[in-house]
Formats: sequence, C-alpha cells, structure tokens
Amino acid sequence: MVAGYNTIALGTGRKEFNPKKERPGLEEYIKESGQGTLKKIGGAKNVDECVIGNFMASRFNRQANLAAFFPYIDDGLRYKPAVRVEGACATGGLALMTGIKSVLAETAEVVLVIGVEVQNTVKAIYCADYLAGAGWFKNRKDGHAYFFPGQFSDRAGAYFEKYGRDKTRQAFARWFRNAVENARLCATAQEYHNTTKYLEELAMMEPNGKSFVDNLNVFDCSKVSDGASAIAIVSEEGLKRCGIPVSEAVEVIGWGQIEEDITKPPVDPTELTTTKQAIKMALASAGITRDQIGTAEIHDCFTVAGLMCMEAIGFAEKGKGSDFILEGNTARSGKVPINTTGGLIGWGHPTGGTGVHQAVTILEQLTGKAGDAQITINPNRPYGLTVNMGGDDKSLVSIVYKRGK
Amino acid sequence: MSYEERLQHVSVLGAAGKMGSGILLLTVMEMADISLKPENKGKAFVLNAIDVSDEALAGVMKYLKAQVLKMAEKKVVALRKMYADNVNLIENEEIINQYVFDAISLVRTSTRLESAFDSRMVFEAIKEDPELKIGIFSKISANNPNQPWFFTNTSSIPITKLDEGAGLNGRIIGFHFYNPPAVQKLVEIIKAENTLPEVEIFARQYAKNLRKIVVPSHDKAGFIGNGHFMRDILHATAEVEKLSAQMPFVEAVYAINKISQDYLVRPMGIFQLIDYVGVDVCSFIMSVMNPYLPSENLHSPLLDNLLSLGVKGGQFSDGSQKDGILKYEKGKPVAIFDIEKRSYIPIAEFQSGVDTKLGDLPAPPPWKTVVGSKTKEEILAGYFKQIKTASGLGAELTRNYAARSCEIGRFLVSSGVAFNENDVNTVLLTGFFHAYGPINNYLD
Repeated sequence: MVAGYNTIALGTGRKEFNPKKERPGLEEYIKESGQGTLKKIGGAKNVDECVIGNFMASRFNRQANLAAFFPYIDDGLRYKPAVRVEGACATGGLALMTGIKSVLAETAEVVLVIGVEVQNTVKAIYCADYLAGAGWFKNRKDGHAYFFPGQFSDRAGAYFEKYGRDKTRQAFARWFRNAVENARLCATAQEYHNTTKYLEELAMMEPNGKSFVDNLNVFDCSKVSDGASAIAIVSEEGLKRCGIPVSEAVEVIGWGQIEEDITKPPVDPTELTTTKQAIKMALASAGITRDQIGTAEIHDCFTVAGLMCMEAIGFAEKGKGSDFILEGNTARSGKVPINTTGGLIGWGHPTGGTGVHQAVTILEQLTGKAGDAQITINPNRPYGLTVNMGGDDKSLVSIVYKRGK
Repeated sequence: MSYEERLQHVSVLGAAGKMGSGILLLTVMEMADISLKPENKGKAFVLNAIDVSDEALAGVMKYLKAQVLKMAEKKVVALRKMYADNVNLIENEEIINQYVFDAISLVRTSTRLESAFDSRMVFEAIKEDPELKIGIFSKISANNPNQPWFFTNTSSIPITKLDEGAGLNGRIIGFHFYNPPAVQKLVEIIKAENTLPEVEIFARQYAKNLRKIVVPSHDKAGFIGNGHFMRDILHATAEVEKLSAQMPFVEAVYAINKISQDYLVRPMGIFQLIDYVGVDVCSFIMSVMNPYLPSENLHSPLLDNLLSLGVKGGQFSDGSQKDGILKYEKGKPVAIFDIEKRSYIPIAEFQSGVDTKLGDLPAPPPWKTVVGSKTKEEILAGYFKQIKTASGLGAELTRNYAARSCEIGRFLVSSGVAFNENDVNTVLLTGFFHAYGPINNYLD
C-alpha cells in the first residue's frame, strides 16, 4: 500500500465545525481524498480499478451509487471499473480487502481505495438510528435510544461485574487521555484542537443512564465525524508504474477477514470473540507473533472496545486489559503504541472511512512519514496491525503490514 | 381530584404572549407525559390555548411544535420507554415524531373565553391589569361547574385582591414564571390570604415536575422579583438625573448602564434590561404596585417621558430586541435615545469620553466567566475588595449601586415581602441570572 491521504475528521471539537453552517458534502470528501492519493501515484492514468467504502450515505446523505463518483474525482477515472462496498464500521477494512484481492487476482496492478462517511447531516440522536443499521434491525425496538453506546455499555457493565468497576473505569479514562494526546499531534484529527488539561479527571465523569447510557459517559465514545481517507493498493509492478520506491510502501503480509452471525447476541459480553479470531488468523497468515507488533491501529469505537481488543490480541490476559493500559503499555511511549494519531476516539470515526484511515496511519508510521505523531518503531517489532470492526463484534478485518524492502 | 385529573382539562389565558406561550409549552409537555401513562390510556386531555388573535395563536402553534420537538429530542431515552408497547415505533425519529404529534394533539387554540368554561385549572398570563383579570376570572368562575383553580402569572398584583375581586374563595395562587418560562429555573409561588391548601400542594408538585426552583413570597405587590427590579430601576434613573447635571443625558445613561452591567458583574445593564422587559411594561408594573405601597412613590417620570416620545423597547415575535432606550444591532447596544434631540446618538461618539470620566477602575471579571466558575466567591470577593478602595466617579457609582441593591434586598425582608434574605438572593440568582445575590458582604 502507498500514497495515503486523510481529510480532516470534522465534527464537534474542530474549530471549523459549526452545525449551523454549511459544510463540505459527501462528494467533496470523496474528491479531496481521491485527488490526494492520485497526486502521489502519478495521476488517474495509473489506476486500474477503484473501490469506495461507505456505510450509510443512503440515509445520512440520501445518496447511493457511490462508485459513480470516481470519475467526478478525476476525468481520467471515467470508464474504469469501480465498486462500492459496505460492512458497517468495518467498511473501510472491507474496501481494502477488495482492493487487495483484485491485486492478488492480477486483475489490477493499482487499485484506488477510498473510505468515506459524512454523518453530521443529522443530530446525534438521529445519527444513532442510522448507525443502528450495523446491528440486527429486529433488535432495534428493544435497544437503547443510543443503540451502539447501549450495546457497549452492556458489555462494560458485564465486564465491571466480572473484573471490577473502579480500575476498569480508570483504564477507560487513561484510554481517552492517550487518544486525545495522540490526536493533538495530528492536524487532521477531530481532537487536534482539544486543550483540556485534566483529561483523565474529565473522563472519570460518572455515567448517567437517565440521559445517556448506564456504564459509559460521552468521553468513552467516539464522536460523530465527517471524513474520508484514501490509499493505493499496488502490486510490485504497480509500484514501478507509479514511480514510488518500495521503501515508501508497506507490504500486506497477512490478514483475517471474517463474519459472525448478526442475529446472535455476543458469545461472551466480556470478550470480543470474533475480533480475537480475526487477529489470530491475521497473525497466523503473516507468520508472526503478537510480540513482533510495533504499533497497532485498533477499533476503539468505545473505550471498552479498546480495552477488550487488547485482550483479544493477547497483549493482556482476560480481565487484565485495565492493568495493561494503566501500566502505560499502549501510550505512545509504551511497549506497543496504540492508535498513534488518536484512533476512533481521538482522530475521529467517519464510520465507512475508519478502516482506510487505520491503514494510512500504519503506512505513515512504518515509513517514517507521520510528522509530529511519528513514533520510533522498535526494530525487534517491525510489524503494524490494524483491527477494523463492524457492528458489535460481527464484521472483522485485521491486517498485518511491514515496511517495503 | 388527583393531580393528574386536575391536569386533564386546562386553559392558558394569554397563550400567544411571551409568558403564556412558555407556560403552554411546559404544561403541554407535563400533560403529554401524564396522558401517555398506560393507566391513562383512553382518557381525554385538553389544553386550551386562549388568546385574542387567531394570527398570534397560529404563530404559537409553530413555536410549540418546534420547541416540543427540541425537548423530545433531549428526552428520547425516557420516550422509548413510554412508547415501548407500540411495536410500530422503532427508531428514535419515529418515537420523537409520535410524541410531538401526541403532545400537540392535546392543544386546542381558541379566541373565545368560553373554552375555559370546562377547564379544571386555568393559567393566566394576560395584561397586568387587575380589573381585567378580575373580570375574566369572575366570568370563568361563574360559568364553570368544575370550581376551577386559577394560577396567575402576575408579577405585581396582590393575589388576595384578585381572589376577593373575583370571589374565588381561595381557588387561586400566584405562580410567577420568569421570562422565558421554558428556560428560567425560578418560579415564585405566592399564596393569597385564603388560598386553599390543596392549591398550594398542587402548585408545588407542578413546579417540581417542571424541575423549577420554587421561592415563596408573601402577597405584597411586586413580590420579590419586581420588588427588587422596580426599585433598582428607580435608583438607576435617579442616578442618571444626578449625572445629567455634569454630562449630557445619553452619556449619563451610558455610564449607569455600564456600571450596572460591567462593574456590577451582571448579565446586562439596567437600561438594556428595561428595554428587554419593555419600557411600557416596567412603567405599568410600577403603576400597579404603587397604590399598595403607601410609604413609597414607585414612579419614574423619566420612563413616562420616554414612553410619551414613543420609546418602548420590548421584543419582536422572533425574540430579537426592539429599539428602546438603547438602539440595537445584532442584539448589542449601539446608540442611546436623546430626549432633547429625539433621536439616537451613536455610543461610539461619546464612549471614550465617558469612560475617562468614570476613572481608572479595577478591571471587572466578565459576568460570563464568573457565573459558571467554581471559584466565583473568590473572584467576586477579590474584585469588590478593589472596588471598595478605588477612587473616581465610576467606583463611587458602583459602590452606591451595589449598596442600594443590597438595601432593597434587605427591605424586601424587613417589609415582609420575602421570608428571608436567602430567598431574595435566590430570586436574583435564578430569575435574573445574577452571579451573586444582592445581599452580601463584599463591600462591608
């Protein structure tokens, strides 16, 4: 993969964001991200195929048929094959997998992949309705007004009961702090302008089930974001065509892409079992162990999902995720820096774009192009990992990357 | 009759007014929540919105729909439980829309007083005219077989006078909302001499359900809120007259408005507040209160003079400020009305000159920062300590203003309007959004 590009993640917290003023629409985000990547790969002429990932534009923007926006990005993309994919919040990951498979099938040497979502078109309370589409609609009636916060609040409640509440909530608060501190180093992040001094104290605010959910507060949740990310998936031949040295690319060396039954409740509410399986498959196909991972972009749509993902990867035993976080292992100076530009909570979560954004961040970190957010990659842990989740642990894409040689 | 039965048939008089529309909104939400309880299924709930103009009532229905929608969006967690049995309502949007529909369906607009003849309780928010109120209450009471209760929003007329005048035998209470009722947390509850105990019990329950802060006041004209506000106005106008000896009228108004806002750390200056309420309304409230206050003369020739020149203030129907003593651009004062020239003089023309005359004052902390600050007490104590020793005209005017405000507050207690000093401070803090109560020891 090469030539990553992120738009800003726009929403509350960004200075430019004003809900009463007109903002860029879906097409502007698609165009900006697409052109950003095309510019780095020598233009549209080098592209063989296109993939766009988007979750719910049909409701947020009343727009479908998104593949037909590729020629709008650049006239040079007219009459080229393109496809739109959807898998809730794992949409971005699925878009990447679609591109990867085209390259492996040798139908394309260069695939332009975009992930996009523009969600601030409605108030959060209606946004919750639209995003609930990531779950089984038959569960919607009995679900919470804020459907997904409700699902993960239930998971948090089960986790509190099994492993204790206080330390877990402290770990949530630390997770939030790490996310915002990392986001402050990345100019496109939604929390880039956040200047709050006492982040952990703020995040310890007691949850209020009367106005929100029982076990999570707003700082435990990723925000409503508009944004797009783009990347090029290329073969070695494609890399030459684009004139990019291999050292500026990351190699995809393994993945796990799986689905779980959307109609079934979680196997164990204290565990992300599908996530665990996808990561296991990714590491096995890459032929590496988790101890060789230098940095990971994981799907912290909620702090509790971040914590459980640490256990799913195996960084911490079951019930020990809080200790792993509170000991500083996930911070940018820690053993395995996680979500180095803020993740979903800090950078933002334009749902259909998130999976692509994760790949762009890993690409930047492994090739030394992460700017102020750059971490030092431990030579003994040269691999990057992404974990992109759709629904409540239902659609999973996990990818292992290594810098090109 | 239970609380809920009482709320089955309600009328709001003056429903298209600023206060009436807010009362209508709060009441319709309360009635909707009750009507949606499973045990009340099938029972009819009626809320009459009564006013004199069909056009104004049409406007109120638009306002009501928009506001109920906003409030429904905020309480969707509770709404999902209310509509849990309706299998057809699945998404938040469907539930919110249904609630708005159900709430608005309770409201019937009417320009005829007869609509209130079936009501069990009547909220009144019409003109501050004792004879008008008495006439209407009498008519409803005489024609309504339900022995309805009357909740008057009067801010100045003694409730006992209304009770006796209309022959209600205690079926009345003062239930004084602050403007705008949907936002302001304060409600003053005023019992007439013979107010029935069950009316007061209901009033307190209703206020609690609306999440209001209740301050009781004795039945003395103007109660606590206007008792302070009207006398505060008279202090300001007296100061303007005094200052007019050494500077032009517009400069004096500017100076006192600035002192009463910036240097007293209040949300708006006194002349802006008069405009906000309406010069005519302020003048009228004084005229209503005055006959009940034999030892004082609550009357402002200056306000009368301004009114005679057509200076009225008040608000447009969209809530924006009309020009009054001050002229406004985007809600901010930009000019002041000159009585002699009968025109507005831009503040910019004399602002720096007056500021110089006021002298070198300690920089006041902005009201906005103070009001939400956890260290409010410290900030204010530190600031007023500097004011206490500062020299110059501005410091002196500030000290006098604060001292008079404190004196008025204490007078409201000693003259038997307020039950205690704390109640006075609560009214100013919650009804007027002041950052501190007038009765304090900052300048002692």
